[in-house]
Amino acid sequence: MLADKDRIFTNLYGRHDWRLAGARERGAYVGTKDFIDSGRDWIVNEVKTSGLRGRGGAGFPTALKWTFMPKEGAGDGRPCQLLVNADESEPGTCKDREILRHDPHHLVEGCLLAGRAMGAHIAYVYIRGEFIRERQRFEEAVQEAYDARLIGKDNVHGWDFDIVVHHGAGAYICGEETALMESLEGKKGQPRLKPPFPAAMGVYGNPTTVNNVESIAVVPEILRRSGAWFASIGRPNNTGTKLFMASGHVNNPCTFEEALGESFKDIIEKHCGGIRGGWDNLLAVIPGGASCPIVKAEDIRDATMDFDGLREKKSSFGTGGMIVMDKSTDVVKAIWRISAFFKHESCGQCTPCREGTGWMMRVLERMVVGRAQKREIDMLFEVTKQIEGHTICALGDAAAWPVQGLIRNFRKEIEDRIDQYTWSSTSDGAVPSIAAE
Amino acid sequence: MTTRRLADESVQPASFAFNSENMNWAEKRISLYPAGRQQSAVIPLLMRAQDQEGWVSRPVIETVAEMLGMPYIRVLEVATFYTQFQLQPVGTRAHIQVCGTTPCMLRGAEAIREVCQNKIHPEPHHLNADGTMSWEEVECLGACVNAPMVAIFQDTYEDLTPERMEEIIDAFAAGRGDTIQPGPQIARQFGAAASGDTTLTETPTAVREKFVPPAPPAEAAAPATPAAPPAAAGKDAPTTAARPKDVSKEAAPAIKGPNDAVKVSEAKAEAERKQADAEAKATGEPNKAMREDATGAESKGEAVDGGKAPGKPTATEPVEGGASAGIAREVPATKAPAANPREVSPTRETGGPLFDAPEGPKDNLKLITGVGPVLEGRLNALGITRYEQIANFTDEDISRVDRALNFRGRVQRDDWVRQAKALATGGVEEYRRVFGKDPR
Repeated sequence: MLADKDRIFTNLYGRHDWRLAGARERGAYVGTKDFIDSGRDWIVNEVKTSGLRGRGGAGFPTALKWTFMPKEGAGDGRPCQLLVNADESEPGTCKDREILRHDPHHLVEGCLLAGRAMGAHIAYVYIRGEFIRERQRFEEAVQEAYDARLIGKDNVHGWDFDIVVHHGAGAYICGEETALMESLEGKKGQPRLKPPFPAAMGVYGNPTTVNNVESIAVVPEILRRSGAWFASIGRPNNTGTKLFMASGHVNNPCTFEEALGESFKDIIEKHCGGIRGGWDNLLAVIPGGASCPIVKAEDIRDATMDFDGLREKKSSFGTGGMIVMDKSTDVVKAIWRISAFFKHESCGQCTPCREGTGWMMRVLERMVVGRAQKREIDMLFEVTKQIEGHTICALGDAAAWPVQGLIRNFRKEIEDRIDQYTWSSTSDGAVPSIAAE
Repeated sequence: MTTRRLADESVQPASFAFNSENMNWAEKRISLYPAGRQQSAVIPLLMRAQDQEGWVSRPVIETVAEMLGMPYIRVLEVATFYTQFQLQPVGTRAHIQVCGTTPCMLRGAEAIREVCQNKIHPEPHHLNADGTMSWEEVECLGACVNAPMVAIFQDTYEDLTPERMEEIIDAFAAGRGDTIQPGPQIARQFGAAASGDTTLTETPTAVREKFVPPAPPAEAAAPATPAAPPAAAGKDAPTTAARPKDVSKEAAPAIKGPNDAVKVSEAKAEAERKQADAEAKATGEPNKAMREDATGAESKGEAVDGGKAPGKPTATEPVEGGASAGIAREVPATKAPAANPREVSPTRETGGPLFDAPEGPKDNLKLITGVGPVLEGRLNALGITRYEQIANFTDEDISRVDRALNFRGRVQRDDWVRQAKALATGGVEEYRRVFGKDPR
């Protein structure tokens, strides 16, 4: 378990001053100029040593992503740009919100350092539209940094850097990196085809790297304490600390920072006071935000909470947002609600996703009450396979996985319900039973 | 997707204009974006207009379009695409957005919604009798640990109960919304556990202890058996299990140099892990496959079990890939698997190489997406060893290769020619420039 001295987000709960003065007291901007002066290769290498993997869900190595940026600009005068993805919309996830409102200077400093590491002089921070107070808070923090000449032209760090705070208006799809760019350019958030990849042609046609808020916000501390420190936490290939969120049927839902690689049971016991009604009452957990397949109680209890550990359980670590369900949960309905979410959020660009998400939702809606045929379960599974991998972006996959997880783990539940519905309708006389004739 | 249309003409206002404060703000906002990119400001401007008017009407869309030099249809697209824009009038005192997505549903969002239905209007997006209140169900608002929650204009009200929701609606309906403190409605500090903090109980300081790496565990240093290769060199070897599919060399520190780019086969790695696990169980040794040496496809069985498994020949020299598990080691590329003559022979129809293999060293054809070690062997057997050869393929060449390898168009589909051109002219750098990613 992580000690307080190893925590990066020291003001996670907003108990201290979030402003520049308070942030400085907690160690922000210490040594920043040295890091900038050490050059981009040093920063990239240190982050590479740390083993930091992107915190937005996919777990792509952050330093590697930075190396995709052209070394000497684009060669034709196009500027390099950093785009920070603060469009946090994955159900079950609310970590970036805490960073934006309580530790905003982590992100400001992180943008500066990441900008140096990829040769960018400008960062766009795209905050989801619903985070209005969080955006105002972050805008203030950026203004403070400008006033103290920590960023801006001719700042004290010797690396000209601007931060533009932008916001969306309530579209989950804008969390996808190319949709984020479309949205920032003032269009509908419909993902682009790749290639060209953002590192070659991103926002406004310039080389762009998109990173999650948490990935960027941990960079200053990694540099201050060394990449080896970060790598010493967790287990190989799954290093460092991570913000976890536990929602649903735990005794005390909360956000907390913990080392990767702890077991599910340990962290829930320690931080959330256990499962509502005890561990025997646990039904299932969606371990990393709504798009991850559901995992049954017996599988999740001793699962290691990191990228590899949950992959072994045929799910995904995602963003670290655990949605916990106890035995009072109607699990079919819970997944139906997720399907409704994806149906609502599909951008409508690719047919398999636009039509498929609605189709899955409607079939599941019938299965919630059992008004379905058992063969439709296989048909539903088949359709999820037709959606997965046949769309421009990963939203189609994300919509298919929860349904697949449901069928894989709770097929009997669906079948029982169908039986129950049939039984009720015959005994009520709605359908003439053979015995009666 | 949800169908969203502009409100009926009968409720559309005749005109719209930003007030002077918002106009100044809008001009500043537009200037933040690069010249000629003022279209970027469309969402912030529409949002500001909605803050001023309560909802987005047709005149709002037209005004914003004119300010940004955009066609009306583009702004209409944006206004109908993003669900935060209200396209019909909302309650003047409160428009309540109830989060109904699964995390909130599990904590009782349906009861919160019922309160709204009972107290405001049975249907979402409808005004109550005196036009002061309205509600809707929205998708995840991003406060899942504080579920269930609602948002009213700029603030969120979290950790609700139906009783508390009734009080909040009553307060807003009476115009006393400011008496309700936003944030968690129970005794709780933001996202911290309601029962008290489990972390961050110490006062944070600016002091950072210098990090001293822990000494390597003793058992790792001691050789397991004298005859075994020194495979147990540390715990730093990464697993390949969760590596992205398009893993490139840098992501796999065990792989050095462009010639060593080996497609990491996850299925194979998985099979090896299982095998190692079974062997470990048989010998009573802990399975080291996860901790050491697990470099995926290129690690051999001998390397994984350190030569200790019974029945395995004891390695007399360091096994390929097993010499030292650290990041610094040089791992030779996996040799292309010995070609099964029947399967590999590309020339079984034609009876010989299709091309004359040029003099000089062979290029690493595996850098071309779609070419693995096996395929490289086949191409070499056809007489194709250099990028230039592929780059200069004529259509006829492509169809010959296609026929010989029974490819059904994979050469064109994977765009080998363009890939090879890039690799031939500028190597990996050029490839990265053209395709925006590392080869393989």
